[in-house]
Amino acid sequence: MELTDFREARRRIEAKRRHGGDKLATVEEAARLVRDGDTVAVGGCLFSRTPMALVREVLRQGRRGLILARNLTCTEGEFLLVAGAAEKIVTSWMSIGLPWGISKILREYAEQGKARFEEWSHMGIGLRFRAAAMGLPFLPTLSMLGSDLMGVTGAKTMACPYTGETLCLVPALYPEVALLHVHRADRTGNCQIDGYPHMDADIAKAANTVLVTAEEIIPEDEVRRHPDRTIIPGFLVDAVVEVPFGSYPHECYGLYEADFDHFSTYVAGIEARGSAAVREYLDTYFFAPKSYADYLDLFGVEALMRQRRFARELTA
Amino acid sequence: MSSHGVEGVRAAYTAAELLAVMGARQLVDRTAVFAGVGVPLLAAVLAQKTHAPHLTIVIEGGIIGLQVEPGRLPISTNEMRGARRAVMVPAITDTFLFAQRGCFDYGFLGGAQIDRYGNLNTTAIGPYDRPKVRLPGSGGANDIISLCREIIVLTTHERRRFVEKVDFITSPANLTGDGSRRRAGLLFGVVTRVVTNLGLLGFDEGGGAMRLEALHPGVTVEAVREQTGFELMVAPRLETTQPPTAEELDILRRVDPERRFLG
Repeated sequence: MELTDFREARRRIEAKRRHGGDKLATVEEAARLVRDGDTVAVGGCLFSRTPMALVREVLRQGRRGLILARNLTCTEGEFLLVAGAAEKIVTSWMSIGLPWGISKILREYAEQGKARFEEWSHMGIGLRFRAAAMGLPFLPTLSMLGSDLMGVTGAKTMACPYTGETLCLVPALYPEVALLHVHRADRTGNCQIDGYPHMDADIAKAANTVLVTAEEIIPEDEVRRHPDRTIIPGFLVDAVVEVPFGSYPHECYGLYEADFDHFSTYVAGIEARGSAAVREYLDTYFFAPKSYADYLDLFGVEALMRQRRFARELTA
Repeated sequence: MSSHGVEGVRAAYTAAELLAVMGARQLVDRTAVFAGVGVPLLAAVLAQKTHAPHLTIVIEGGIIGLQVEPGRLPISTNEMRGARRAVMVPAITDTFLFAQRGCFDYGFLGGAQIDRYGNLNTTAIGPYDRPKVRLPGSGGANDIISLCREIIVLTTHERRRFVEKVDFITSPANLTGDGSRRRAGLLFGVVTRVVTNLGLLGFDEGGGAMRLEALHPGVTVEAVREQTGFELMVAPRLETTQPPTAEELDILRRVDPERRFLG
């Protein structure tokens, strides 16, 4: 387990000047803030609000030695492994979803020792981000106790100083970089999310550098009219990029549903050709198209509009 | 539709349907259940549409108060099908913290491997560092089994699943029995039931080992022992469950018409 000293994490935040100012960037400029070897926290959950445009650009820029930290890991974890960008995944679960079975890529990389996997419980990961969001070294919890997750993570226990009961202590997870996708942001980085917020707000507070793609960049005045909707303040954000359909083929609440048929085609390729199919997928979808718009063209307007219609029906 | 796997018994329902029906019947109205997706969620939805209309269903992507519409069963813990008609969509960590606070009556889980003391493995077959088969992992299962008040496990009854000792304790039930769960610091939750396609199992109060308590219609004790990889205790008074009703099966099939989970 990699640990960042909470005092050092605070010094790094104090050294930054992120209040005010224009954070608008291109996805290429934003992704350049990711360094080889960084621990990268990815927002959303499983196939919901995955920052796909940022993940794609990180891979295009050829980053190496990354540690991916995510609550439930989906196709983006497979991409990072097969592209050779990540050597370790810190997560509680990895696959696409029950109907697609156990991830063959997870199996290949774990069973052949090609990557390391550090498994926490779902709340365990959440409390690690929460502890960092609070500027603390750890948080106590009543979860994970007695399980073999304690051994593989190195989580410690202590006797409660007030009651004497045993508590599990999860260490704060301070990622170097957070990649997030939100519904709306203004150019100074204030972010608003519709629907389930997952862990994004904690992750934004926990990370040293925060990169955001938004479905829409809105005027600051619009944020000021609805400040109750802001869940990530601009002063946490380093770069913000407008990317419509920025999670596709994963979902964005109210805007487009995840493309399950696309997942099925992708998994059928892996069933037939193993990780070579993921390499082909990356060539086709991530490396060949010059821009994210070109990437979306591969899915086609018809598919995007169909998934948008499903989302509207479900949130009507 | 095929038999549910018991020789000589032809039944008009699948193992998953039987599990969902028997699981649903465990849940009491005006309670809250923290359900894993798949058959546990199906069972919770069935309970809500039959005897437990005020059942609060929670899933870990951060959705409280699911009311699933026919054909719109969520397949993951975080999607619009689940959030539709929910009462709250808290952040994931806050959703689990409701469980830690004691707000959720039931935890509803599946599992790849289960042992004599009810411990579940969804992490790895073989050693963790170089597994023979890597499984997806805990997700919220470890939290649900550690934090909910009463935990019910739903799983198909197969010898390869019911093992003497799991290779990895992802989600601890009674650990090694004899109060070891409490001693590990798991103060509040208790695993009360293992619902399978062959019968209902519970745990011996003192020792914490698994015990057969009821058989589904047409199933024998021998058939259960045959599919159990450890020595199984049998309760002195063995009950027989009522078979799934046409109404229960009809609701399940309308909720999951694509049969993503019903088999």
